[in-house]
Amino acid sequence: MNEQSTAIPKAQSQFGAVWQQFRVHRGAVFGLIVLGLLAGFVIFGPLFWPEVKLKVVEALKVKNQGPSLRFPFGTDQLGRDMMVRMMAAGKVSLAVGFVAMIIAIFVGTGIGILAGYFKRLDGPLMRLTDLFLSLPLIPLLLVLVMLFRDTIASGLGPELGAFLLIVFAIGITSWMQAARIVRGEVLALKEREYVLAAKSIGVPARRVILRHILPNIISPVMVAATLGVAEAIITESVLSFLGLGFPPDFPTWGRLLFDGLQYIQLYPERVIWPGLAISLTVLSVNYIGDGLRDALDPRIRGR
Amino acid sequence: MLTFTLRRLLLALPTLLFISLIIFLLVDLAPGSPMSEIPLTVPPEVRQKMIEALGADQPVFVRYILWLRQFFWVEPANLIDGCFGSNLAGDEQRILSWQSRAPVFTVIGQRIPQTLTVIGTAYLLGIAIAMPIGIYSAYRQYSFFDQMGTLVAMIGFSVPTFFSGTLFIIIFAVWLHWFPTKYDTTLLVTDWPSFVLQLKQMAMPVMVLALANAAAISRYMRSSMLENMGQDYVRTARAKGMTERVVVLKHVLRNSLIPVVTVIALGIPSIFGGAIITENLFGVNGIGAALIGAIHANDLPMVQTLAFIFAVLIVVFNLIADVLYGLLDPRIRYE
Repeated sequence: MNEQSTAIPKAQSQFGAVWQQFRVHRGAVFGLIVLGLLAGFVIFGPLFWPEVKLKVVEALKVKNQGPSLRFPFGTDQLGRDMMVRMMAAGKVSLAVGFVAMIIAIFVGTGIGILAGYFKRLDGPLMRLTDLFLSLPLIPLLLVLVMLFRDTIASGLGPELGAFLLIVFAIGITSWMQAARIVRGEVLALKEREYVLAAKSIGVPARRVILRHILPNIISPVMVAATLGVAEAIITESVLSFLGLGFPPDFPTWGRLLFDGLQYIQLYPERVIWPGLAISLTVLSVNYIGDGLRDALDPRIRGR
Repeated sequence: MLTFTLRRLLLALPTLLFISLIIFLLVDLAPGSPMSEIPLTVPPEVRQKMIEALGADQPVFVRYILWLRQFFWVEPANLIDGCFGSNLAGDEQRILSWQSRAPVFTVIGQRIPQTLTVIGTAYLLGIAIAMPIGIYSAYRQYSFFDQMGTLVAMIGFSVPTFFSGTLFIIIFAVWLHWFPTKYDTTLLVTDWPSFVLQLKQMAMPVMVLALANAAAISRYMRSSMLENMGQDYVRTARAKGMTERVVVLKHVLRNSLIPVVTVIALGIPSIFGGAIITENLFGVNGIGAALIGAIHANDLPMVQTLAFIFAVLIVVFNLIADVLYGLLDPRIRYE
């Protein structure tokens, strides 16, 4: 690296090195900024733009309005402020994406490690993964939601029920990619000298996995997790879009789009705002994933 | 190759059985089964008879086997009867839709042509768009065209079809009045004007799906081309004095197509799944719309059958992709 000077360059933390490579990726930085803005809008927006409770008569007067100073995004057919609804919906959409991703990554990493590390489990677990990969996901999710929505809603309340059902359903049907990636990595890591050394001094399997293997598969898992968020958000909005997602008083961006579809000829902006929000979120998450993949790969880093 | 194909076929069977079991159990064990929806005014002994008549008092596995028998024996037998006028199926009970009381497969048979016209055209168009873009992007890597291609593909990945579809409706149907917003299934193509009408109503759904597919396929095409561009045989071909045209379109393209063909085969079932959205948005009366309609109407046999057909499609095309890969690439030997 440094041919001219014999001085050892200042040691760089791993995070610093990753960040430096990440910064070079223009799309990834753009994605980070856009996602940050969207998250800020959704999380801190309601602090600056509190919901104004209108009486029924007032709401009737202001229904179906276009953008104005009072309602920057206009109002819907019930006189509700679209800006407030966009914020509330975004919070749910992002939450669904993240929680579903966490479930999927948790299951996927677990199965991947078990399959990669324990030879006896490899066959059955990978067969299981293949089986899940050949399930028709969207139809299955639709059926799941249709069959279990009412029961779960009556047990846990419509909001929490819908949230848990959809998050769980998406998470449990999207862990396969992560499992495959993790298994491949573990298979390679298992034969490395330090793992053999740890095994030979009698470290139990649990500790080998937690101390030596898990930290080394963080990078591919992080990339898979990032892309998983995008996929989960799209899946959720597809369900909501088909009318089998969240209830209308607890909307997500997909649900807002579905609601706006009836008024598309008169008020196309009601479809455009949520759709734009979904697309921007997914686009920026995908770009972040792309940048992370480059930044976390030591073969590309430092080039 | 043949033994490999046979082995894969044998392996596909347990997969299909497992998936059918999942689908069957999911629908069967779910709360809100049809048995609970018999009105309370029906006397208990009549209710008991109704349940017996429907076979719902049998154990789960008996019902599962019976369902399988209907699916794999009675329905194909009916199909053969329909084709050759034989009488294999006899008077066996077919899978009936609760919505229309018609056999499920009759309904699906009516719906499939719509799906195939729209989705099939869209997929072919998507491939036709993606190929040249992928090839040229790889040939001029990091050029302006390549950068734009990457950006557009990224946007194509990220914008969900239901949003690009609604945007198309707003722009082309609401503002420009070029195309109708809804697809008219009853339109018969008999002469030139009706053909133009058919093209017009197909334009938007086909465009939406084609663009979404083109985004993915063009990226695969590009990376596959790039992998081959640096190979020794390409340098040899150039050294022999072949024209660039021959080098790129004959030597590189043919080898690069191998993985892309498998990707295309693997994508076909997900096209059917993704078409659920497009069909609903544009009102194409295909099998995706049938699924949603059945779900909203609680038509469980229809839902089970359609979900299982989607699963069969996935398994079959996985198999086809594997076999194709072995056939096309002489380096791959499964034996």
